[in-house]
Amino acid sequence: MSMKVALAGNPNCGKTTLFNKLTGASQRVGNWPGVTIDKKVGRIRGTDGAELVDTPGIYSLSPYSPEEIVTRNFLLEENPDVIINIVDATNIERNLFLTLQILDIGIPTVVALNMMDAVAKNGGSVDAKALSERLGCPVVPISALKNDGVKELIETVIATGESKKAPGFVKMSDGIEGLVAQAASELSGKVPEKSARWYAVKLIENDSMVCEKFSAERQNLTGPITTIENDCDDDIDAIISDARYNAIGDIVDGIVVRPDISTSEGTFSDKVDRIVTHRIWGIPIFIGVLAIVFLGIIGFGDIVGIGTYLTDLLNDYIEDPIGTSLVQWCIDNNVSEPLTGLITSALIGGVGAVIGFLPQMLVLFLALCILEDIGYMARIAFVMDRVFRFFGLSGKSFIPILVGTGCGVPGIMATRTIESDRDRRITAMSVTFIPCGAKLPIIALIAGALFDNNGFVALFAYLLGIVVILMSGIILKKWKSLSGEPAPFIMELPPYHLPSIFGVIKGTLDRGWAFVKKAGTIILLAAIVIWFLASFDWSFNYLGADATTESILQSIGQGICVIFQPLGWGDHWELTVGSITGLIAKENLVGTLGTLFAIDDPGDAGEEYWEILASIVTPAAGLAFLVFNLLCAPCFAAIGAMHRELGSWKATGLAVLYQCVLAYAVAAIIYVLGSFIDGKSPEVSGIVMAVIAVICLGYLLIAKDPFLQNRSSADKSEGAESA
Amino acid sequence: MKTLREVGIGETVSVLKIHGDGPLRRHLMDMGITKGCSIFVRKVAPLGDPVEITIRGYELSLRKSEAEIIEVQ
Repeated sequence: MSMKVALAGNPNCGKTTLFNKLTGASQRVGNWPGVTIDKKVGRIRGTDGAELVDTPGIYSLSPYSPEEIVTRNFLLEENPDVIINIVDATNIERNLFLTLQILDIGIPTVVALNMMDAVAKNGGSVDAKALSERLGCPVVPISALKNDGVKELIETVIATGESKKAPGFVKMSDGIEGLVAQAASELSGKVPEKSARWYAVKLIENDSMVCEKFSAERQNLTGPITTIENDCDDDIDAIISDARYNAIGDIVDGIVVRPDISTSEGTFSDKVDRIVTHRIWGIPIFIGVLAIVFLGIIGFGDIVGIGTYLTDLLNDYIEDPIGTSLVQWCIDNNVSEPLTGLITSALIGGVGAVIGFLPQMLVLFLALCILEDIGYMARIAFVMDRVFRFFGLSGKSFIPILVGTGCGVPGIMATRTIESDRDRRITAMSVTFIPCGAKLPIIALIAGALFDNNGFVALFAYLLGIVVILMSGIILKKWKSLSGEPAPFIMELPPYHLPSIFGVIKGTLDRGWAFVKKAGTIILLAAIVIWFLASFDWSFNYLGADATTESILQSIGQGICVIFQPLGWGDHWELTVGSITGLIAKENLVGTLGTLFAIDDPGDAGEEYWEILASIVTPAAGLAFLVFNLLCAPCFAAIGAMHRELGSWKATGLAVLYQCVLAYAVAAIIYVLGSFIDGKSPEVSGIVMAVIAVICLGYLLIAKDPFLQNRSSADKSEGAESA
Repeated sequence: MKTLREVGIGETVSVLKIHGDGPLRRHLMDMGITKGCSIFVRKVAPLGDPVEITIRGYELSLRKSEAEIIEVQ
């Protein structure tokens, strides 16, 4: 049987780079059971199929974050033959904190001492041979970025795996070692023998998962633990952490030479950081970076972003010649008319729209990968945290929203970098409130038809998106499944460095491919359904392609448009049908209205039927129509992405329901307010609905968080204890 | 009791004890904040929170509310 190897290490230590170097192209991405964390598996190059599993980046084998639990369970229960523990040599003490815990597990381990080039460049050094002796396992100095030492690492890993030689462990102080021996004898026969030390130490330091399993054994140790706690005047978990760090201090003593950096000047990273997170200049620089990324990719007004430019180019190409020649081919080969219609609307209109969007996404991903790779993303979260915390989220929620301005699908996928489960779910449910690229034509339609092309409509749309996201932060955490401790913001700020071209390109392509897979498959299914509803009547007679009158879709629209009466546009079933086809891709709304108003070539923002639209709805009702379509259920592709992050269709359904109800409430308020400002009297049902909406929203925003009670009482008792 | 929250920018302090309990306390210790180690307060974010500290040779950001449970001298 071929060998199973686990790769474990801290975040930001070059783990992904090493994984890529070790496995080359032979990677599969899956999911760890029960959590939304990517599980990457690949075959190690130059071996007879040794399998490498990448575990999530963690700082410790504590039982709290999903990443920690996944890694623990994998190392303890799946019994890999070898563990490669990657250690950042520039940050050796904190990295060894994890190493010590990994060695305790008793599985053959190889330490890959990464970033040795960076250490050497700054005039420092680490004696790998001495380190290997003190840790009791092989240590291979490498530079994953430069591919130095990777071959030696592979050889060492295979040799270690074949020898099946258990690693040594690092001794802590005598008093604690006595306690560990006692705990180990208590656990004897109840845990795998090779991992006995790991279980013993975890039992002593009150690891909640181990203690729950062995509560009786923990009880027997209470006496000696209390003695040590009294001697040291501290809690046992802190004593063990201290002991580990003291042991690490002894290990690195004499074999690690730190780079000589005078504190006044600092490293390259320090100099960069002093400017970009400057007390005063930090925020202007941040806004500048955002503006460059946003204008460069999406553009605004007369400025055409490079992403938009490429996407327009590709879209035109998909329409003609690809679309036209496909239709011609169908005609030439006597393909039946319904099938031709299916191909044009589902394939060209649905999947083509996703593919056409790809250039914009790739440019966006490239920009994000670069910002991430150079270390600026962490600083964005650092700068923005104060704002988001006020609304119950953290600075890390900002990045998905930023991505969401391009497209909601990668925006929702980007929530994966948020560690706190609760914050991640709330963010994934709110990302699509920010107008994405596909909603811009709708904004242009309403602004053009009813507001004389006023730029404030677009500004209003973005501001509304942000306000609704922040409001959702307050509202959603009052639900039980999303309640909980506010997530701490203890985050490593990695040093700035120049981006690695290979890593950036690979990251961009990976995300691009994930986007195509995600969006493409769902959109195909959804497009077929909508095509069917729009092209057939109730007796299943084919009527011609897309949203023709008399279709099933029309009668659905006519049936349900009455519920939009309070929003001021319920008299026009066309608008309801447009909102439904917008679920395929939001910009479809503009084309559908064109078809329904019998305009052949309505233009990108429906210029040709602006007059018709202006004659059937008031500006306030038009604005309510816009608001509803911006905030309600996103396109099917985004709903699919949400499903992946939320984990169940029930949660996804509730999220979509929340979005639709919120959209309805906000649109009703906007309609009524807008009507009064405009000097027109709104529908009576609108006033009723708006009043209900204001009361409900007000209540949800002001009502005390029902789950806050426990927290504040816990804080109090803790305060009393420390006083 | 002096906490990390009260420490000014540019000052270096030494950790006495981490108060509180549960994941937050555990997480702080896992990140290397233990008794006796020295913390250099580098800066405060432009909006006044969180703070950036240097500990064991690397940069860490944490909120003032989290700095509050770290007793220093």
